[in-house]
Amino acid sequence: MLKIFLHQLNIIWSQIVSLWLVFLHLFHESDTVEYPDVKPHMFPRWRGRIILTRDPDGEERCVACNLCAVACPVDCIALQKTEDEDGRWYPEFFRINFSRCIMCGFCEEACPTHAIQLTPDFEMAEYVRQDMVWEKEHMLIDGTGKYHDYNFYKVAGKAIGGKGKGEALDELPPTDRRSLMP
Amino acid sequence: MFSFQVGSLLNIVLILGVVLTLAALLIWMERRLLGFFNDRVGPNRVGPFGILQSVADVVKLITKEDWVPPFADKLTFIVAPMIIPIVMLLSFAMIPFAPGVGIIDMNIGLLFVMAMAGLASYSAMLGGIASNNKFALLGGLRAAGQMISYEVFMGVSILGVVILSDSFSLRGIVEAQQDGWYVIPQFIGFIVFMVAALAESHRWPFDLPEGEAEIISGFNTEYSGMKFGLFFVGEYIGMLLMACLIPVLFFGGWHAPFGLEFGNEIISGVFWMGAKTMTFVCFFILVRAALARPRYDQLMSYGWLVMLPLSLLNLLITGAIVLIQGS
Repeated sequence: MLKIFLHQLNIIWSQIVSLWLVFLHLFHESDTVEYPDVKPHMFPRWRGRIILTRDPDGEERCVACNLCAVACPVDCIALQKTEDEDGRWYPEFFRINFSRCIMCGFCEEACPTHAIQLTPDFEMAEYVRQDMVWEKEHMLIDGTGKYHDYNFYKVAGKAIGGKGKGEALDELPPTDRRSLMP
Repeated sequence: MFSFQVGSLLNIVLILGVVLTLAALLIWMERRLLGFFNDRVGPNRVGPFGILQSVADVVKLITKEDWVPPFADKLTFIVAPMIIPIVMLLSFAMIPFAPGVGIIDMNIGLLFVMAMAGLASYSAMLGGIASNNKFALLGGLRAAGQMISYEVFMGVSILGVVILSDSFSLRGIVEAQQDGWYVIPQFIGFIVFMVAALAESHRWPFDLPEGEAEIISGFNTEYSGMKFGLFFVGEYIGMLLMACLIPVLFFGGWHAPFGLEFGNEIISGVFWMGAKTMTFVCFFILVRAALARPRYDQLMSYGWLVMLPLSLLNLLITGAIVLIQGS
């Protein structure tokens, strides 16, 4: 009998304690970030809006290799390769359907030329669904994004206008096969 | 007619207006306070400090489709939500706010309030049955069971006050507390009444008729639009009524604590009555934020095995002391 009584008293006491502890929360600072008024701190590696960058010379980095479209788990990237008169490859169109995109960043990891990059911007809501489909001119920026020095055609072996075979950085001149006699 | 005396038109209009406005404001206040208790900020967008949130809610509720389920009992379904605001507002007619401020002074005021509070659970019961939905029915059933078991010791717990003040009139009870509040001699009665008041107004942690974690939304599962709004407003008026009754019965009504009266007695009375009421409203909200809902069998066993014997004991001891002092 006494045991039951003490047990009940203990229950009542715990209710009073929880009332007091919750009351103390009245004087705590709120954890809420009042978002549109107070912008949250976004970390530079946050995966948000996708951009296409240019190399330090101001040319498009994208070589339309389709690796991003292949890596994309939701198939939201569509592009078509074309060539300019110098022999540089670039996308004729580059289209990302952001209503499908899940911001996984696989495209950024797949990209061999650092062309496609994800940024900390996340405010991409639209009222019209068709506005979620972004074309190249919407994503192409004038800067280099996160990698300032990388220039694919400067280090790749491919010959383009103004740069022949063997003229890339750290590249040996092409081997003359006919001189490779045993 | 336009002066402060019990039953004047001015009083009726003012009390009705203030109670309805406060009931709407309470919805905002509760959400805001709950936010603070949870380390959130609560609704703060509509108007200054979000004070117009209730207006936005009402606009939303009124513009929603007023839908009656085809399987429901139409007449009862429509009547049920009307009962609770009506009876709660009727109960407010009995509350004495200050000397000369009140709508009517019945010599059975306390009994009237108890009767009206009992009728309020018809709202939940009829709503639950008329919805023709098993969860609504369960909610209505719980409301009925809770009403029966908690009404009993709610009535018994205030009998101590009635014995001490020798009056069933609420104004008489307040006037009898001129020399000392009844919370001191009737502390057990106060605690029991407090628990019963929470259960009567279906407030947390005794909101088993709604029990959204178990039975969706209980008796108002099928309700939407302004019919749901009426249940909601009725609940808040009920909470306000209980928060008014506790000061009237146990905390000296309009009497100022420690002789802190000021101005004329109407202003001072309304101020202290309002302050006490708001304190208890805030306490109800704190209880909602802090305590967990009991199981239904726990609710019943606490009611019948703890609260009822406690209130009976309180009644016996009070009666004995009054008898001994009187002889």
